[in-house]
Amino acid sequence: MTTSTRRLTLHLVSIVIGALIVVPVLFGVLGGFKDNGQLATNPLGLPDPWVTGNYTGILGDGVFWRQLANSTLIAVATALVVVGASAMAAFVFARFAFRGREALFTLFAAGLMFPFAVAILPLFVLLRTMGLLDNPLGVILPQAAFGLPVTIIILRQFFRTIPAEVEEAATLDGCNPAGFFWRILLPMARPALATVSVLAVVTSWNNFMLPLVVFTDQNWWTLPVGVQAFQGQYSDDTARVLAYVVISMVPALGFYAVAERQLVGGLAGGVKG
Amino acid sequence: MLTTTPPVAAVPAVPRPRGRRARLRRGRLATVAVFLAPALALFLLLVVAPILVAGYASAYKWNGFGLPENFVGLDNFTRAFGDPTFRGDLWRALVLIGLSLVVQLPVALALAMLLNQPLKGRGVYRLIFFAPYVLSEVTTAVLFTLVFSPNRGLGDGLARWLGADAGTIFADPDTVLFALFLVISWKYFGFHMVLYLAGRQNIPRELSEAAITDGASAWQAFRHITLPLLGPTIRVSVFLSVIGTVQLFDMVWVLTGGGPIHASETMAVTMYQYGFRRFEVGYASAISIIMFVLSFAFALFYQRVVMRRDTEGAITTRGVQR
Repeated sequence: MTTSTRRLTLHLVSIVIGALIVVPVLFGVLGGFKDNGQLATNPLGLPDPWVTGNYTGILGDGVFWRQLANSTLIAVATALVVVGASAMAAFVFARFAFRGREALFTLFAAGLMFPFAVAILPLFVLLRTMGLLDNPLGVILPQAAFGLPVTIIILRQFFRTIPAEVEEAATLDGCNPAGFFWRILLPMARPALATVSVLAVVTSWNNFMLPLVVFTDQNWWTLPVGVQAFQGQYSDDTARVLAYVVISMVPALGFYAVAERQLVGGLAGGVKG
Repeated sequence: MLTTTPPVAAVPAVPRPRGRRARLRRGRLATVAVFLAPALALFLLLVVAPILVAGYASAYKWNGFGLPENFVGLDNFTRAFGDPTFRGDLWRALVLIGLSLVVQLPVALALAMLLNQPLKGRGVYRLIFFAPYVLSEVTTAVLFTLVFSPNRGLGDGLARWLGADAGTIFADPDTVLFALFLVISWKYFGFHMVLYLAGRQNIPRELSEAAITDGASAWQAFRHITLPLLGPTIRVSVFLSVIGTVQLFDMVWVLTGGGPIHASETMAVTMYQYGFRRFEVGYASAISIIMFVLSFAFALFYQRVVMRRDTEGAITTRGVQR
């Protein structure tokens, strides 16, 4: 095969696979501009005429914006809690010698193997006992807890790469461990912190099971719960549900566009170590 | 080991009064305790405790209210393994894992190899292939419900255009599992591809180039050089795929609810049905524990037997081996 036919084949394969990804999404985007009559007679083509009512109706209604705000609040709070707690733990795991350190670290690392679904039922009972149902903390804290293993592993890895000389110099200059952690280690670890924060935000953003069982009050629903409920509520109005799905994708895809590097780097690096 | 001790303690050349040293050590232990406390509290209370509670509750017949009192021993477990739905769950998990290993992961690997070659616009391709990973399973599931919805969907429209009938793949017990697998692959193959790409980039290009110079075909170079060196990455990707399948919930719940007639039900869906719909919390806890034991046993087995050869960190070996 010559280089140019080879290249053409590569492009063709990539375009076919790319089309498999893009076409369903495009169907959603265009479908949102149709009415149900058009969807039935003309599911594949361009809308004729373009109906904007589905999109403007959703954007003009407070429900979508409230769910967006809830998702954002919960994702940001989860990231803050999990990254804060993990950074502190990773600091001592990386830079202190103490009895039981490896055993403790293994306990956290083993958390990677605890499927969320295993804990959801007792977690629900526990949250109900603590009065955290219909409370954002009831989602934020468990999400943070289940995010600890991967965050601690990635951060410890990174903290270990910072040379001991840096810490010695800081100690000689009169820095205590807390000062070293706060004023030197964390600023130096900014790329790693960005990576784990992005991972935490995406995981929280997409979580469904926990908000589903914790929030019975619609005012707290996050986007995934809202999308699912919207589908149930308007199951006869396909065009409108398509518009809702598409709108709910926009923040995630926008975030991906901005944070692609941290996300991909974090997944690849985090998994491989 | 990269652990640093403060220089004072590290240089014990000059004998120091014992009291000072002990005080120093106490101070360091206090630091350790303070820094570990938040993570440990969160983890013990919200990860470890619930799993222990599930273990305890699995031995009771319990509706989730008040304290469990009706002790039934292992009855919940024997019930699960005798329940055709739950046995079906296990079988379907195996089928999904098998399909992933035979279809999804090889396709992801092949694409990673393609995209690893110099190609204009490959960054754009990678961006698109990975994009579904950031969409939630719920969004994906709702989108595909509508894509395949009878009469108004893309699938149905395409099928009509081709003169076939494909609008019902999620409604037919014989096809629903494969339809589910298609959607899973749509969402996750890009993730595995990115893993392979990262792994591939850690292998020096010179190795396969040298082999090709020596007369190996591109396939031989891939089969005998790249593939073995990608071993650790592939093993991690298989591991994640299996663990992900064991706890599959969101996508199934939204796409099919486990139906029709349990044909796409997973362990997590069965657990949810019993735990949150029928309030048979004891029985649902037993299913949780089975999921936990399966994941854990698989992880241990995998770490001991399959990943042992990998010197540089795989997910489960990381803490243990250093």
